[in-house]
Amino acid sequence: MDNADLSTIWVYLSESPLAGLTITMIAYSLAYRLYTSANSHPLLNPVVTSVGMLILFLLATDTSYDAYFEGGQFVHFLLGPATVALAVPLYQQLSKLRRLWLPVTIAMLSGVAIGGLSSVGLAALLGASPITQMSLAPKSVTAPVAMGISEQIGGLPSLTAVLVVLTGILGAVLGTRLFDLLRIRDDSVRGIAMGVTAHGIGTARAFQVSKEMGAFSGLAMALSAFLTAVILPWLLGLFGFLTS
Amino acid sequence: MQFINGITILLIYQLAGEISVRLLGIPVPGPVLGMLMLFITLLLRGKAGESLDTASTGLLSHLSLLFVPAGVGMMVHFEHIASEWLSITIALLLSTLVTMAATAGIMLGVSRLTGREHNADG
Repeated sequence: MDNADLSTIWVYLSESPLAGLTITMIAYSLAYRLYTSANSHPLLNPVVTSVGMLILFLLATDTSYDAYFEGGQFVHFLLGPATVALAVPLYQQLSKLRRLWLPVTIAMLSGVAIGGLSSVGLAALLGASPITQMSLAPKSVTAPVAMGISEQIGGLPSLTAVLVVLTGILGAVLGTRLFDLLRIRDDSVRGIAMGVTAHGIGTARAFQVSKEMGAFSGLAMALSAFLTAVILPWLLGLFGFLTS
Repeated sequence: MQFINGITILLIYQLAGEISVRLLGIPVPGPVLGMLMLFITLLLRGKAGESLDTASTGLLSHLSLLFVPAGVGMMVHFEHIASEWLSITIALLLSTLVTMAATAGIMLGVSRLTGREHNADG
């Protein structure tokens, strides 16, 4: 096989979604194997390691993110049905939810307010640019909602998507350690705090701990998507963070 | 077939959510509204059923995988992040820890104040 053949193959691969999709699956399988073989060590969270591997691979092969996403979008698309699917474990926790609706509601409202205001306040204190502050504000909400809010309040939606993923990873990696340290053992409490702070990535981690923690985390993630979209722009205005 | 039926139901609710959000101009994403609609349906129906259970367990057991393509998007913003890395890192880290601890604390506090079934065991 000569060079001409190889380059036609390369052209085919770089234009077809197959390559992007396949490397996503390979990276995740490797990352997941690594994670289980290390007894689910939180630092080896499969999102962290597979994203790292893929970025290194794309940089090494000089492939653009857009070209990669041609294939990656098929996996990305499943976030929609997966979000809808959260209704099922939630329904299975119904009796517990009925008993806990008041603490859940109050915790949700406080969590959304604290999450939004603390990120903007800290970033402002540390001298981050206004555009970064606004991109940070919705960081605890699931990516599609966060991007919409970011645009509305004057942030960069695509930067917000990255900050959302980073927040999710931080929450997933640090969450269970933090709860152990604070001696919080109730899986419903852990789930709510995880979902409010670290949305879907935290919820994925919560499902690895228990079905109950996952269900409550999923609930918190869904409710906070609603609450944040409605109250965050208003809260930021109230506290004088909105410049526009 | 159970899996196919379940996925079909999920897609129908997602579609219903996307359409309602656009028709009513609600500022939340379609799948989130779809989730709420499915939850209400399950409440009215009184059971989830095998096909929905199979499909949701299948999708949710590897939820982490679904975030990978969005995470790789980080490579597009390396420069912006590099120029403000310190403030971004500290703000993300502290805000994440504070939000998580405060939410958990508030939920525990309120359930102790209101609930009798939460006897002091933690």
